[in-house]
Amino acid sequence: MNSLPLLIEVGVEEIPDWMIGPALNELREGVEKMLAAERLGGKLRLADATPRRLALIFDDVLERQPDADELVMGPPKSAAQKNGAWTPAATGFAKKNGVEVDALHFETTPKGEYLAVRKKIEGWWSKYVLAEKLPAIILGIHWPKTMYWAGKDGPRFIRPIRWLVTVLDWNVVEYEIAGVRTGVMSQPHRRFNPSRISISAENYVEQLREWGVLISTEERKEQIVTGIRQLVAGTKLIPNVDDSLLHTLAYLTEWPTPIMGSFDQEFLTLPEEVLVTVMRHHQKYFSVSDAKGKLAPHFIAVMNIPGDPDGLVRHGNEKVLKARFNDARFFWDFDQKKKLADRVADLANVTFQAKLGSYLDKTNRMAALVRELGGNADAERAALLSKTDLTTEMVKEFTELQGVVGGLYAKAQGEPEAVGKAIYEHYKPVSMEDAIPATAEGRIVSLADKIDTLRGCFGIGLIPSGSKDPFALRRAAQGIIKILIEGKLPVGLSKLSNGDSALSDFLLDRVRYYFKDVRGFAYDEVNAVLAAGADDLGDAEQRLAAIQAVRPTADFEPLAASFKRIKNILKQAGFQFTGDVDPALLEPGPEQELHAAFNALRGVVGGMRERKDYRSALALIASLRPAVDKFFDKVLVNAPDENVRRNRLTLLANLLTEFSTIADFSEIVTSS
Amino acid sequence: MDTFQETVFKLKRYWSDRGCVIQEPYDVEVGAGTMCPETFLRVLGPQPYRVAYVQPSRRPADGRYGENPNRLYKHQQLQVILKPSPADILDQYLGSLEAIGIDLTKHDLKFEEDNWESPTLGAWGIGWQVMMDGLEITQFTYFQQCGGQDLDLVPAEITYGLERLVAFLQDAPSIYDVNWTPEVKYREVRLAEELQHSVYNFEVADIETLWALFGLHEKECQRLIELYKTYPDKHRFPVLSAYDQVLKCSNLFNLLDARGAISVTERVGVIGRVRRLAVGVAGLWVDQNKPAEAEVAAQ
Repeated sequence: MNSLPLLIEVGVEEIPDWMIGPALNELREGVEKMLAAERLGGKLRLADATPRRLALIFDDVLERQPDADELVMGPPKSAAQKNGAWTPAATGFAKKNGVEVDALHFETTPKGEYLAVRKKIEGWWSKYVLAEKLPAIILGIHWPKTMYWAGKDGPRFIRPIRWLVTVLDWNVVEYEIAGVRTGVMSQPHRRFNPSRISISAENYVEQLREWGVLISTEERKEQIVTGIRQLVAGTKLIPNVDDSLLHTLAYLTEWPTPIMGSFDQEFLTLPEEVLVTVMRHHQKYFSVSDAKGKLAPHFIAVMNIPGDPDGLVRHGNEKVLKARFNDARFFWDFDQKKKLADRVADLANVTFQAKLGSYLDKTNRMAALVRELGGNADAERAALLSKTDLTTEMVKEFTELQGVVGGLYAKAQGEPEAVGKAIYEHYKPVSMEDAIPATAEGRIVSLADKIDTLRGCFGIGLIPSGSKDPFALRRAAQGIIKILIEGKLPVGLSKLSNGDSALSDFLLDRVRYYFKDVRGFAYDEVNAVLAAGADDLGDAEQRLAAIQAVRPTADFEPLAASFKRIKNILKQAGFQFTGDVDPALLEPGPEQELHAAFNALRGVVGGMRERKDYRSALALIASLRPAVDKFFDKVLVNAPDENVRRNRLTLLANLLTEFSTIADFSEIVTSS
Repeated sequence: MDTFQETVFKLKRYWSDRGCVIQEPYDVEVGAGTMCPETFLRVLGPQPYRVAYVQPSRRPADGRYGENPNRLYKHQQLQVILKPSPADILDQYLGSLEAIGIDLTKHDLKFEEDNWESPTLGAWGIGWQVMMDGLEITQFTYFQQCGGQDLDLVPAEITYGLERLVAFLQDAPSIYDVNWTPEVKYREVRLAEELQHSVYNFEVADIETLWALFGLHEKECQRLIELYKTYPDKHRFPVLSAYDQVLKCSNLFNLLDARGAISVTERVGVIGRVRRLAVGVAGLWVDQNKPAEAEVAAQ
C-alpha cells in the first residue's frame, strides 16, 4: 500500500503570540492520536507555527486504512440461549450486526461468558477519514479566549480561520470550516498582500521561505539573535536579550529582522527602570547597555520585514520612543509637584477592596503591623508611603512600576535611603524565582503588605480555590514564606495567621510547597519536620537540613520504622500518656536496657536540641536503634499484667514524645 | 505629502468604493466613534450595514492643555464598520494603508493582541492594535457583544487614530505641527480648543451642575425606556432620542471623572448606571427593528 506525505496548514488571522506554542502542541497531539486510532500510520516531519499559520507535515501516511477485526460484545450467555436455543435477544444482536446467528460465538470474560461477533472492518480511504476527523480536531484546540466570526451559530476559534490546506500526496483532503474549503492555496507574508501561493508537503518550508515566511520558530529566533549580534559587532554595546521577549517577537513575526535605533542622551537622566519598562514592555524593544553595564542610548527593535534600506522603520521607531520618553518625563516632573508624603491622605480615594476599605486603611494597618513585627522608624515611614505612588501619573501609565516609582520618588524627595529602598522593593518577591527584598526594612514592609492582604481576604471569605485567585494570595503567601525563611525572620506562623485556621492551613501548604518544590527536600522529610512543629520556619529549615544529612545513615530508616510501630501500638491501645516509667516494673534485659539507653540519651539530646545542634541529636537518637530492635524482638508489649503493660506503654510513649520534637519520624516513608 | 484633510478624503474614498455609506460626524459628544448610533445601534440586529465616518472623540481625562505633543482631549477617529465582516477584511484594511501612501514592503507592520471592552456600553470585541514602525495606528475589533447582546452578524470595526496616523505620514514632530491644509497647521485649527476645554474639564467645570445634568439625562432616558413598553405604535417611538440621553450621561461621566469628582469606589456604580441605560436602549432598538414576522417567514 502506498505511504504518502500529508500537509496540514491552518491559516488564521494573527494569533496572540503567547497562545501559539500551546495551540500547535494540541493540534499535533490531536492529529497524532487520530492517525494512530484510525490506523493511518504517519511519521511527524514538521510541526511549527507563525502568527498566521499552524502547520503539520507527516510522512508515510497510509493511502488506505488496513482492514481490521472488531469484537462486538452482546448479551451474556444466560440471556442468549435458553435450553440450547437462541433467544430473541441473540437473534436481535445478530440482526443488529448484520450477521446470521451461526456467525456468533461465545467469548469468555472475567465476568462470565458473553455472546460476541467478530466483525471485519474494511479499511477506508485515508482522505475520507481525514476529512471526517480533522475539522473537530482543529476546532477542538483550547484557546484562552475565543470569538465567533461567521454568525452566532458559527464555530469559535481564537481568530478567524481564513484558509485551510490539507493535502495528502497531491490530493486535497476535502472539508470545510465556517465556509472555508480546503485547497492547496496558502497566503504569503503580508507584505505581498494580497497574493496567494500554492504549497505542498514536498517543498513546504522552501515555498514559504521564498514568499517571506520562516515557518520554523527556532529559525526565526536564530535570525533575531544573529541579526542582533551583527548589529553590535565592532561596538562595545551589550544588547539585553532575554528569552521571554525573544519568544514573543518570534511569535509576532513571520520574517524577523532586528534593527538598532538611538535616542537622545538627555533621556538617560530618567531612571533606568522607567526607560527599560518603556522599551521592553511597551515597545517590545531590547535595551542596550554600554561596556560598564549602564544603559546606552540605543535600542533594538525587531521588524517583520527583511530590511530597512531607507531607514524609515528605524526613524519611525525612534520617533515613537521619543514621544514615550517625553511622556515619562512629563509624568516625572508633574508628579514631583506633590510629594509622596502629601499623597497619603489621597489614598482614602483609592479602593483596595470594597469590604477592606481604601489604600489609606490598608496603609494604616500595614504601619501597625510593621510596629508589631518590630520594624524600625524607617520601616514604618516606608509603610506609610509605600502605596502613595498609586496616585501618581507615572504609575497610572506604567502600572508594572508600582513600588519602584515610589522608591525612586522617595529618594528624589529626600526621604532617608532606607525608606526609599524599602518602598522600592516592597512588592518583592514577585515570584518564587525572584529575590526577597535586600534590606531589613524592605522585608518588614513587604511582609506587612502581604499579611494584611491575606488576613483581610481570608477574613471576608475571599479564599483562593482551584485556579481562581484574583488577589494573587498564593503568591503573597509564597512571598511571606520566602521572606521569613531566607530573611531569617523570627516571626511565628501562628502569629501571622492570627487564629484563622483556614489561613494557617493555607500558609502551611505554601511552606510545604516551598521546602519541597523550591528547595528540593523530600516530601516525607518535610512532613516529618512540620509535624514536629511548623511555627518557627527558620528552625524547621535547620531540622530539615539535619534530617537530610542523617537520613542516609544505616540506623535512621529502621529507627523511623520502629517509631511508626510505636505510634501504632500506642494508638491501638488507646493509650493516654500518664507520666514517668516505674523502673521497678521493668523486666531485666532488653526492657531495662532500652530504658537505660533512653535515660542516658535524653539529657544529652535535650542539650543538643537547645543548641539547635539537630544533626548530632538525630545521630544520637538513631543510635537507639539496636536497643529498640532488641526490645521489640524480645519483649511482649501487651503483657498480661495490667501494670506491666501500662508501664511498657509509658516507656514507649516517653521515647516517642521525647524524640519526636525534631521530626515526627513516623512520617518518614521507609523503603523496607 | 498629503495633508490631514487629503488623507481623510482618501480613506473615505477608499471605503466608499467598498460599499460604505460615508456618514458625517454625530452631533452629540462621544468618547469614541464606537458610541455613535451608526456603530452602537447599527451593529445590533440581523441587517447588514457598511459605514465610514470621521468622529471627533472627547476624552476629558486625556486633555493636556495643548502642551503634550501626542495627547489630545479631542481627537478624530476615522471609524469603519463592515457588517458582516468580509473574509478578506484584513487585505482590504492593508489596501487602505497603501491607498494613503504606506508602502507595506518598507514599513514594519504587526498585529498585536488587543481586545476591546467598554463596560459603559456593555460591549466587547476581539482584535488587535495594528503597529506600524512601533506606532499604534489602528484599533481593529471583531465585535462580539454590544449593549449586552450577542451580535447576529459579527462586524469588523476599524478605527484609525487620524492625528497619530497623519503625524506619522507627515513625519511631524508633534500633532500640532501636522499640516491640515498646505497652509494651515493643526495647531491653528485646534490648539485653543484643547487649551480651553482642558481648563474647563480640570479646573472650572462645576461638579454639582455636572452631577445634576447627569441625573436629569439619566431620568429622561429611564422615562423613555419605561414608556416604550406601553407605547402603541412602536415604529414611531423615539429610541434614537433615548440613546442621545445615554451619550449625554456617558460624556458627563467622563467630565466628572476628569474633574476628579468620582472616587474609585463610586466609579463602578456610575459605570453601572450608564450601562443599564445603554443596555436598555439597545434592547429597544433590537425590538423596534426586528424583521416583521412575514419577512422572516419569507426568508
